[in-house]
Amino acid sequence: MSLSNKNEQEKNIRVTEDKFLAPENRKHTVIGPGGEEIFVDPLNDYFCTEKPKVEKPYKGILEKFYNWARAESLWVLGYGTGCGSIELPPLFSPRFDAYRFGVAMRPTPRQSGVFIISGYLAVKTLKRVIRSYEQMQNPKYVIALGSCTINGGMYWDSYNTINRLDHYIPVDVYIAGCMPRPEAILSGFNRLKEKIKEGRAEGANEYIEKLEWYKANQKKIIKDWNMPDYNW
Amino acid sequence: MSELLKQLKDQYKIFDITEVKSFQTFFSVDTAKLLPLVTSLKENSGYTVLVFITAVDWLEEDKFQLTYIVNNPEEKVDLGIRVFFKRDEPTMESIHHLWVHAATFQREIKEMYGIDFPGSPRVDEPFLLEGWDDIPPMRRDFDTKKYSEETFFPREGRESNDPATFMKLKLYPDE
Ligand code: SF4
Repeated sequence: MSLSNKNEQEKNIRVTEDKFLAPENRKHTVIGPGGEEIFVDPLNDYFCTEKPKVEKPYKGILEKFYNWARAESLWVLGYGTGCGSIELPPLFSPRFDAYRFGVAMRPTPRQSGVFIISGYLAVKTLKRVIRSYEQMQNPKYVIALGSCTINGGMYWDSYNTINRLDHYIPVDVYIAGCMPRPEAILSGFNRLKEKIKEGRAEGANEYIEKLEWYKANQKKIIKDWNMPDYNW
Repeated sequence: MSELLKQLKDQYKIFDITEVKSFQTFFSVDTAKLLPLVTSLKENSGYTVLVFITAVDWLEEDKFQLTYIVNNPEEKVDLGIRVFFKRDEPTMESIHHLWVHAATFQREIKEMYGIDFPGSPRVDEPFLLEGWDDIPPMRRDFDTKKYSEETFFPREGRESNDPATFMKLKLYPDE
């Protein structure tokens, strides 16, 4: 937080007033406990502005052990984006019982390691997906469910749904179908496990290495970008 | 029902009356008479529920149509009220003071068709399309395929076949 004189503050407020930002995220002054005026720029002061770093995998048997442990405990973010999300609840019912594969549902991005994009993504939803994905902790994996995430599916010519998910976040496993049955999702989980155990599921690092490309693609379609560049 | 229609015909000059089913009738009315008409339907004739408002873009005839469906829960009958206006003057009176939820329909129609409802609460805020900067997407002169191809990185190799020719080539390649 920086203290500065009033004229300068007013100038700042006028220059950076962004019509897309929510009022509480615009630059403003708050009155401190001693009556002093404190100038805040929420996007810089309340959010971490440091760029994310690549976390290099360990070597040899240690990484193998970690990967085995990661693969056997996949915690899925409970966030459904399209019609395919209706296939996720039966996955956790006794009939399909995904728990026996070490798959569990978690309510927040901070606790989960797998993000299932379950179908078409509207531009509005993509914004929330990016926020949630970036808040997840490494290592994190993405499963793209349904043909909508592959080439747009039946919404391929829609004005508001994206066509290729892998241009916006890195994808580890695709599950084709419209919509894929729970069995297909289970087999997708097994493919993801194989991939993790082989050490090939490095999507999180890939995202950071190519961050500029991903951000350019994201900003091309999210025209009212009103969040920090990287949402820790 | 028919008595009410007769009365409306005298009072508001409704025209184009179509009885779709015994419990559902559509008619058209002049734009200026819409507000007094729905007010009287709500206050005097028991049509207390607004079911929805929807818009149609008649590009060839250069006009927009708005359809208001109101329902009478006592008699279990629906009335559909159509109004037409020019495409280049897309403005309509707001009815949010009669039904609060009309504001939501109007907000969506403003976003999808660009039909303005001055005075309707939050009508200018984005509803589904955050940050949209093209012409409203449900207007028929908006080319959604072209927009999608320019914006969303279409995957190459997406093609489709006419089933008849495809099977003919596959089964009888020599013919
Ligand atoms: S692939 Fe099919 S089921 Fe899945 S989101 Fe798209 S349309 Fe819906």
